[in-house]
Amino acid sequence: MFNILTNVRGQIVGGLTALLMGGMSVFSFAQAGGHESVLRVIPHADLKNLDPIWTTAYISRNHGYLIYDTLFAMDSDFNVQPQMVDTYTKSDDGMNWSFTLRDGLTWHNGDAVTAADCVASLARWGKRDGMGQALMTAMGSMTAVDDKTFTFELAKPFGLVLESIGKISSNVPFMMPASVAATDAFEQITDFTGSGPFMFSKDDWVPGSTVEYTKFDGYNPRSEPASAAAGGKLALVDKVIWTYFPDQMTAMNALQTGEVDFFESPANDLAPLMSANPDITVEVNDPLGNIGFLRFNHVLPPFDNVEIRRAALMAVKQEDYLAAAVGDQAYWSTCYSVFPCGTPMATDIANDIIQVADTDKAKAALTAAGYDGTPVIIMQPTDIPVLSNFSLVTAQKLREAGFTVEVQAMDWSTLTSRRAKRDPVSEGGWNIFHTWWIGADIMNPTSIAFSGNPDAGWFGWPTDPVSEAARTKFFVAGSLAEQQELSSIVQNQAWTNAFSGHLGQFFSPVAYRNNVKGLIKSPVQFFWNISK
Amino acid sequence: MFYVIKRILATIPVMVVVALFVFCIIRLGPGDPASVIAGDYATAEDIQEIRIKLGLADPIPVQMGKWFVQLASGDLGKSYHSNMQVTKLISQRLEPTLLLAVTTILLTVFVAIPLGTLAAYKAGSWVDKFVMIFSVAGFSIPVFVLGYILVYIFAMELRWLPVQGYRSPFEHGFLLFLKHITMPAVTLSVIYIALISRMTRASVVEVLNEDYVRTARAKGQSEFKILLRHALPNAAVPIVTVLGISIALMIGGVVVTESVYNIPGLGRLVLDAVLSRDYGVIQGLILFFSFIYIFINLLIDLSYTLIDPRIRY
Repeated sequence: MFNILTNVRGQIVGGLTALLMGGMSVFSFAQAGGHESVLRVIPHADLKNLDPIWTTAYISRNHGYLIYDTLFAMDSDFNVQPQMVDTYTKSDDGMNWSFTLRDGLTWHNGDAVTAADCVASLARWGKRDGMGQALMTAMGSMTAVDDKTFTFELAKPFGLVLESIGKISSNVPFMMPASVAATDAFEQITDFTGSGPFMFSKDDWVPGSTVEYTKFDGYNPRSEPASAAAGGKLALVDKVIWTYFPDQMTAMNALQTGEVDFFESPANDLAPLMSANPDITVEVNDPLGNIGFLRFNHVLPPFDNVEIRRAALMAVKQEDYLAAAVGDQAYWSTCYSVFPCGTPMATDIANDIIQVADTDKAKAALTAAGYDGTPVIIMQPTDIPVLSNFSLVTAQKLREAGFTVEVQAMDWSTLTSRRAKRDPVSEGGWNIFHTWWIGADIMNPTSIAFSGNPDAGWFGWPTDPVSEAARTKFFVAGSLAEQQELSSIVQNQAWTNAFSGHLGQFFSPVAYRNNVKGLIKSPVQFFWNISK
Repeated sequence: MFYVIKRILATIPVMVVVALFVFCIIRLGPGDPASVIAGDYATAEDIQEIRIKLGLADPIPVQMGKWFVQLASGDLGKSYHSNMQVTKLISQRLEPTLLLAVTTILLTVFVAIPLGTLAAYKAGSWVDKFVMIFSVAGFSIPVFVLGYILVYIFAMELRWLPVQGYRSPFEHGFLLFLKHITMPAVTLSVIYIALISRMTRASVVEVLNEDYVRTARAKGQSEFKILLRHALPNAAVPIVTVLGISIALMIGGVVVTESVYNIPGLGRLVLDAVLSRDYGVIQGLILFFSFIYIFINLLIDLSYTLIDPRIRY
């Protein structure tokens, strides 16, 4: 308490001094640093956590991309390209890898990036990320040979080495100084020295409001053009300032009046209002979009019965969800693959179940499955409009099909803790919740969304050894054809055993002032190469 | 002085009870900071590991004991999310909220007390009715509706004022501060103007019927002097009480105004902490608010002795 009062007293005394000393500046509208080029951004969420390895939150990932760099990165064709790495070699059997860093890579404090830093960073990431854990399971040893070279010696075959360390979304294997990467993977880092194109100052961070990133003059970008997360990362503005807006209407108004330059995630229903302003561009920047997800709890009745899960899938229709939750058809499309449509693993196998969309057939299937009227508890997160609407559509469709349904309203935080419970409904359990995955996170079977392991899998806990075996093989698959075949097995199992309902693909537009140039099309919002 | 010391000492048990109550109530509610931190795609094992690291897997009495030890050393704790000291979070947010509250109260005092006094003096006239209609309207219009209307007119159409944000007078100059604080203060003050003007009217009407006012009139004193020297000072005690409580309520309750105008104040900090189940921040903030309430109540009580010399402690 005394600290607060001391701080405030200090601010007031300092401020009063400034008022007295400043003379004319007291009556000035000018802001400090008026000649800097500043990109003012409304991010999609409040940056609460600064450690992108400690949390999977996308906002922390986006923060990570500004201040950290990666060894490899995914380009816009979904190929993995070297980023901090200059050259690499692998043995014919794929068991031994050697990586050499580019020249001129430095941390924000001026120290050189070393191979030992990279090894330590990978080790920490490998304790938290799903693909990282799989890679580390196959890893025999990671060794820093000299300042610029490190090696992998695998103990068992692993086909996704580059895909793992070049993954584009959470948890991204960001490189940190070895002293920082030594932090326990389940504790937050406290030093935010990176080697990315922008620097972060914790002193200027106001959680819940503002984050400032300053251009790192010592950054050495690649010479190739930017392509998604890959290529040259050119910081074309002096500062990027994120200001979080809890109210979408205020955010839209601020963009309209030019108080901000870029609005990362406006609600779809605001898009027409902003499109009408000739100074603003509204467009979809993420080619993969988001995939709506209806998750069954496989360990509790009635959805411990596969036939009842299939009956539920027969009752629902993607168009209903997308129209209710997203609205304008310009921002959604149906997609009956469990992997995002348009990506290499997308397939049509066994997807007829999600296209039935027939209440009578669902009723008949439900009766045949022996449904006894057990109530279905749907958790409805009322603070997230898209998911709230998904919940209501599911409730209506299941009721029409003959299910007894109870919708329980709650906030998202309550839902995230409750969904971890495997207890019976009477003790806080649940039957259905909804979420969405960004397309980049479920592009192949390695995603935990497709887990068939009830012990270590994702909430809902399906049991499917066939799918699990295919997922395990996917990690060592050598060719694209082999990967696609294994993905087909996973999809076949996912639809046949009705792991989840996939509710279609929807796209969140971005909106920005017309003087903002150089946006990179990508599933992740990057802030390099943007000028204004 | 003895009274002041006694009152300050009396805050200690109150704060302890508040601390106990807050600690228990937030843990009885649903939700868990670890599941929020872990993110949407974490496994149950990840969440449990984070709970252990944050100390949330400890028995409740152990957690409570650790927190009380922290409090005893003047440490309100840390945010589970940002890892930042609660005292720093509060100090970052205190200035916008405090200056919004002060500006609002100043606006309220300068508008509501003359309005209420005028309405009392002209009781029953059209002026009185107009003030009372304004008062009812002020109570009735939701803050966010008024906020959006003002933004539409003054920011979107006329472009006189900014849509959002806060600028510190100490860092950015007084005029920039004024530009940013005007609409939020007007929005927030309307309901308080409605309240205080009604209070003032009722108190002044009562005083104007007192014998000493009649005596003053009989002695030939002007109506202006009667209002200023006799009516208002004697009507001040209830007005000051309501004003004081308003300031206290405002500091913790401006979340809607802060959201509509995107002001990074304490109200939003509370809301964010509750939504993300940031126990450390919620606990620290509620203790801080309790302290503010108690402190302001003490100031109100002490101000009575200045306003009314008959009051002695």
